[in-house]
Amino acid sequence: MEFTRRETLALGGAAALTFLLPFRANAAVEDLVNEFTGGADLADAGVELTAPEIAENGNTVPIEVSAPGASAIMVLAAGNPTPPVATFNFGPLAASQAASTRIRLAGTQDVIAIAKLADGSFARSAKTVKVTIGGCGG
Amino acid sequence: MASGVKPRVKVPKSAAAGDAITIKTLISHQMESGQRKDKDGNTIPRSIINRFTCDFNGQNVVDVKMEPAISTNPYIEFESTVPEAGEFKFTWYDDDGSIYDTTKKIAIG
Repeated sequence: MEFTRRETLALGGAAALTFLLPFRANAAVEDLVNEFTGGADLADAGVELTAPEIAENGNTVPIEVSAPGASAIMVLAAGNPTPPVATFNFGPLAASQAASTRIRLAGTQDVIAIAKLADGSFARSAKTVKVTIGGCGG
Repeated sequence: MASGVKPRVKVPKSAAAGDAITIKTLISHQMESGQRKDKDGNTIPRSIINRFTCDFNGQNVVDVKMEPAISTNPYIEFESTVPEAGEFKFTWYDDDGSIYDTTKKIAIG
């Protein structure tokens, strides 16, 4: 089987496209992050996300976010039909910039927390949660 | 209108001035995500609480924007500073425009 130059290029293009597809799925998440941060760089330290490694029931997954000094923390679930989960804005009387709640996860996926820190910079933390039964009424 | 919405809040009765206290809140609400379908295959429209705020004597403690990914009967736990005796005001905002609120007094001592 011989390939012409044109066919080879077409094949390469198709391969590149399939390789890029998984990243396209995350475009919505990236857009949300950019909207929140205004395109600023994300540091790795400064925000802590506590979530179970394995959640049996995706309908109520307890999570906790904490970011000392942060003014806001956004939580995203990358694999949900609608990725935003919640945004916590802390007022002057918040004793610690931490909160816990329960969220729905459609399946095994990454949960992401982005914090806006006191100095105006942003920090990101992610955690993979394995979900046995999804929580989107499927 | 969501039926049977009942806010429940746990705040200590008293605290020392300047102390940090933990507040737990829960409100019974079905938080219909807009993703589920009924038995005829029609999508059940979204009906959630989209915002929760807590204020102490008019000063903000937390303001949470909530999305459909928050579980049924949303539970939120956070910490607040108590500078003086006063009243916590908790407010939940429903998609349909309803507002549910409750207050809790706290004493110093």
